[in-house]
Amino acid sequence: MFDVQKIRAQFPILSQTVNGKPLVYFDNGATSQKPKVVIDAIEKYYQEINANIHRGVHTLSQLATDAYEISRAKIQDHINAEHLHEVIFTSGTTHGINLVANGFASIVTKGDEVMVSALEHHSNIVPWQMLCERTGAKLVVIPMDENGELILSEFDRLLSDKTRIVAVNHISNALGIINPIRYMIDKAHQAGAAILIDGAQATPHLKPDVQALDCDFYVFSGHKICGPTGVGILYGKEAWLNKLPPYQGGGEMIKEVTFEKTTYAELPHKFEAGTPNIAGGIVLGTAIDFLNEVGFDAIQKQEKELLQYGTAKLSEIEGLTIYGTGEKTSVISFNIEGIHPYDIGTIVDKLGVAVRTGHHCAQPIMNYFNIPGTIRASFAFYNTKEEIDIFVEAVQKAKMMLS
Amino acid sequence: MTIKEIQEEIVDEFSMFEDWDERFQYVIDLGKGLPLIEEKYKTEENTIKGCQSKVWVHAEQKDGKIIFTADSDAIITKGIIAVLVRAFSNHSPAEILEADTQFIDEIGLKDHLSPTRANGLVSMIKQIKMYALAFQAKQ
Repeated sequence: MFDVQKIRAQFPILSQTVNGKPLVYFDNGATSQKPKVVIDAIEKYYQEINANIHRGVHTLSQLATDAYEISRAKIQDHINAEHLHEVIFTSGTTHGINLVANGFASIVTKGDEVMVSALEHHSNIVPWQMLCERTGAKLVVIPMDENGELILSEFDRLLSDKTRIVAVNHISNALGIINPIRYMIDKAHQAGAAILIDGAQATPHLKPDVQALDCDFYVFSGHKICGPTGVGILYGKEAWLNKLPPYQGGGEMIKEVTFEKTTYAELPHKFEAGTPNIAGGIVLGTAIDFLNEVGFDAIQKQEKELLQYGTAKLSEIEGLTIYGTGEKTSVISFNIEGIHPYDIGTIVDKLGVAVRTGHHCAQPIMNYFNIPGTIRASFAFYNTKEEIDIFVEAVQKAKMMLS
Repeated sequence: MTIKEIQEEIVDEFSMFEDWDERFQYVIDLGKGLPLIEEKYKTEENTIKGCQSKVWVHAEQKDGKIIFTADSDAIITKGIIAVLVRAFSNHSPAEILEADTQFIDEIGLKDHLSPTRANGLVSMIKQIKMYALAFQAKQ
């Protein structure tokens, strides 16, 4: 039985006060808070089994290697990857996207097209722009409508035999909109294109099944799913990962090195050069266990209630506009007429509420709506309706002070 | 009045407020009262980077003194820039370059602004000093 107070008790940071007020943390889209089990697991790793992995014959190295690989298997199971070696540890979503975009430099040539959407985070735009600059390929953008939803007829029209890869997010970070990726994956494949899904904003809310989705790549970050910063996952289909060249050279990723020629290690090590974030990798497994224990059904139910309650409450404020009204997760991105989002963010912070203000690293979306930014409240399963009440009151006070 | 005297006056005004909200309300009111910059000066060149909101500062010289005008699309930022304009405008480049900026800490503004926002404040002061330096070099 889901009991939000019992859940909250497991997150030490949530009982803090900020500026003398109880913390209301609604910036979960930026990073999630960490439960005690995750914090303890980091400490336990360094106190008990810290050693370099995949190389030492000594006991500690074996223990650390085992823990790291057990975590990889947990993640494989979590996302339902067919093979263990299709799960690559990265430093985060940005790293995963850059790894793939860089690899595609050996596939994409002048005249080819690379497709992204108008809803992307900068980290799913810039690496592809860099790829296009390097190769002479063209960046094509799937437009969105005023509800923040991608225009699928345009997507269909823009896809062609020139499209090499489509890179699109599962869920938009700025608006929370859920994209119809199942449809887009099928269409991309029909056109002969590969497709990468940026799951950074989806994985906190749902369990992706990469085989059912049939995507070629799926990337996400550990820190948004109750895990540590500096670790993330790139899932890639075996055939694609074999096809792409290594991203970085170094230790771990080699089979044999001479000055004449180096042969690369098998997957997944081919893409894991150097000593990785070992503690992060291991503890990501702990975080995933934690989320599965809470249960994604319970998480979604709680977040849906918060979204509905928050949307209804905020909508009562005069002059308030919510951006992104399509099917979405627990994100409310909004502005109040005549008031800069920065001003609201500053005042509500004084009242203990943490929200994101600004362009959310998605300037093209802000340009579309012709606004400097929004206030984004993103709820997690450990948030409560009482916190929403505090937030709404804070927004009202800010509005009063600023009008 | 010298820059130092104006700053002391500002510190005095701010010391009347006990609560953060009164302090902010005063900053907001100062923002509302800031004389408007001419639209033609809201150029990319006059934009200060490092702020979450947009800030424009324009400077011109009159009788050896620098007159600053400024604007921001966010009212709290506008209030902060109004405080700076009041402290520094209508003084000679040398006076501006010599001036201390300690009063920002004393009125509790820096304290009450998060690091990213404080950076915006630092950028504003830097820009004001840069203008003074540029006008001094011209003399």
